[in-house]
Amino acid sequence: MAKHETPLLDQLESGPWPSFVTDIKRQAETKPVCWDILGILELSYKDRITHWKHGGIVGVFGYGGGIVGRYADVPAKFPGVEHFHTIRVAQPSSKYYSTKNLRQLMDLWEKHGSGVTNFHGSTGDVILLGTRTENLEPFFWDLTHDMSQDLGGSGSNLRTPANCIGQSRCEWACYDTEEVCYQLTMKYQDEIHRPAFPYKFKFKFSGCPNDCVAAIARSDISVIGTWRDDIRIDQAAVKGYIEGKYPSNGGAHSGRDWGKFDIEKEVIGLCPTKCMKMAGGELKINNAECTRCMHCINVMPRALRPGKDTGASVLVGAKAPILEGAQFSTLIIPFIKIDKENEFEELTEFIEKVWDWWMEVGKNRERVGETMQRIGLPAFIKVMGLDAIPQMVKEPRSNPYVFWADEEVPGGFERDVQEFRRRHAA
Amino acid sequence: MGYNPDKPMDGRISDLGPPYYEKFFPPVIKANKGKWLWHEILQPGVLMHKSETGAEVYTVRVGCARLVTVNYIREVCDIADKHCDGFLRFTTRNNIEFMVDKKDKIQPLLADLKARGRFPVGGTGAGVTNIVHTQGWVHCHTPATDASGVVKAVMDDLFDYFTSMKLPAQVRIALACCLNMCGAVHASDIAILGIHRKPPMIDHTRITGVCELPLAIASCPLGAVKPDKATVDGKEIKTVKVTVERCMFCGNCYTMCPAMPLSDPEGDGIAILVGGKVSNAKSAPKFSKLVIPFLPNTTPRWPETVSAVRKILEAYAKDAQKYERVGEWAERIGWEKFFEKCDIPFTEKSIDDYRLAYTTWRTTTLFKYTSHIK
Repeated sequence: MAKHETPLLDQLESGPWPSFVTDIKRQAETKPVCWDILGILELSYKDRITHWKHGGIVGVFGYGGGIVGRYADVPAKFPGVEHFHTIRVAQPSSKYYSTKNLRQLMDLWEKHGSGVTNFHGSTGDVILLGTRTENLEPFFWDLTHDMSQDLGGSGSNLRTPANCIGQSRCEWACYDTEEVCYQLTMKYQDEIHRPAFPYKFKFKFSGCPNDCVAAIARSDISVIGTWRDDIRIDQAAVKGYIEGKYPSNGGAHSGRDWGKFDIEKEVIGLCPTKCMKMAGGELKINNAECTRCMHCINVMPRALRPGKDTGASVLVGAKAPILEGAQFSTLIIPFIKIDKENEFEELTEFIEKVWDWWMEVGKNRERVGETMQRIGLPAFIKVMGLDAIPQMVKEPRSNPYVFWADEEVPGGFERDVQEFRRRHAA
Repeated sequence: MGYNPDKPMDGRISDLGPPYYEKFFPPVIKANKGKWLWHEILQPGVLMHKSETGAEVYTVRVGCARLVTVNYIREVCDIADKHCDGFLRFTTRNNIEFMVDKKDKIQPLLADLKARGRFPVGGTGAGVTNIVHTQGWVHCHTPATDASGVVKAVMDDLFDYFTSMKLPAQVRIALACCLNMCGAVHASDIAILGIHRKPPMIDHTRITGVCELPLAIASCPLGAVKPDKATVDGKEIKTVKVTVERCMFCGNCYTMCPAMPLSDPEGDGIAILVGGKVSNAKSAPKFSKLVIPFLPNTTPRWPETVSAVRKILEAYAKDAQKYERVGEWAERIGWEKFFEKCDIPFTEKSIDDYRLAYTTWRTTTLFKYTSHIK
């Protein structure tokens, strides 16, 4: 593969942000295929359109996901990227790595692929970007045999689950997001690798309502940490904030002079439920009114912590706009304990019930949130065997169009119109 | 011994899943998991977490291009080997985190990162952190714009906000190169979204071989794709047609049918959506709203997009209150004021006419007088 002129891409080498162009050029010195990656990208910059063909079903034996087929539409010009398949490698929880592990993976990718990667794909996998069909099985052999690692999901299956950093380095995580993510990923390997669903399905696990992994916006099952007792308060530390001993918001605002910290304005005044006040020099929280939004805890991390009786809220049905419009997940289970002792049984039972229903009634390429919209939340709740509770809605319906059932109305729906007419002439 | 193509199923191992995460924990993380008490950002890009054991972990956050090479990852490993006992992690927003267990290990790490020239430290607190993004022209078959190049251009311009914490709150920028939104940009403070503006072409010569017509027809949320007949090489074939007036350019038909390409150099470009958030803090999660319907794909540095993002960010930085996210600010001042303060022309294209559109129409007499009212 020869070097191509890349006058447009060259302009992305200047500036303070790391340049992927410079990086790929350096890599091209030892992996000449990278010249063709830059060449085809330069052509796209010139033509202002993609040069990758639609589709191409490739994979490894026994799996229906984990590899995305891709072919160039100008293979004669750029033979090195004629095949440019993507491999998704399942990432470890919280994306911690040892350098030993990463180096080994990079050696494999240097041997079998283009040398270009994404750390990471949006769903969470390590993305290895660009290889030929004949390299897929040898790569997979080495990945499984030499590294004991595996591919992630793609297509109409369970996508590789992902989690926030959790208790490993965050004081707010209300359950062990890393462990749940790992255990459920292991439990559902079949669902990840062999597509059997109407469409894609995602789990994401966030440890608190700050939701650092964006579970509520993009996962079909969003498990978001919360608690049901009282926010823990260290009154001495509250005083420390008031006296300016500690920076507000963990120092997040230190780049600008926002004036002296004002607990009334910055914490109590911004509390969405107005459940806090200062009394006798102490911060008082009416926990029964608190909706656990995290703002006060975010602002005074040394003084306030989530309660001790922790668990998670389970919400269902988030997705991006394709097709019926973007959806956030809907609160279905306000609180469950997330318990490793029973292998997260309450959660997995719920997930499997959602799958059973969706696989039966979901249309082709319909996300579960869209199925819920089409069939209706009351019907979904019933199928899940749950009681309807006000926490599931923002407000009651404003129309009277209730789907009453035959058995709910005394005497049922069957009536005799002749008998009716004897009393009511037409 | 390796893969034997003659006996592909021999010795095959499958369904191993990811490695167990705990073996990749730095020692200080392993010893203190579940024991962290509080944290503080010591300077932009440097965090300190305090454990109930008294231990401390210092994290240095580094911006990463996401589209990186084997060489780059090896250099990242060199840094982690030298300073961090051979461990590191990546964040959800494509940053790299190097962790050390003693305060005096920070400065040598920061100095090393600086000397290497491609490891900017920042992305914490009330600033702009790394842009979550998709593949774009480097790999995807449906993009309406590039991803890595636009991100590079925008981050070059906003670099000062990556390395500082002077905004009213954190600002999350995300880019998705088409409406499929692999990058889930629909709940971002500022979303850069690739869009198409020309309806699909129908490749009658290809459609029979590559397309299940009922799926292509069913793929259109507005019923714009209909069955049709065409003549190819003198033979009548079954195909589809598109009712152009109904097309909203979502590209879902092309996803289902490769014979319906819609990308186009003039048709494609970028829309800007703002005011989304994911966190439940203070207010419920919000969707991003479309404020600029189209900006062209001006390669290689997308100056129109770069300046639009900066303009919004600066108006917000000037006007919003401490802790206020972009969407909270826009809701407090009113969207009419948002357009005025950001100097963005309001057009009918920002008015919803898709599903549930009515929920966004103003059904009150409460409004503010702005230059829009003549």
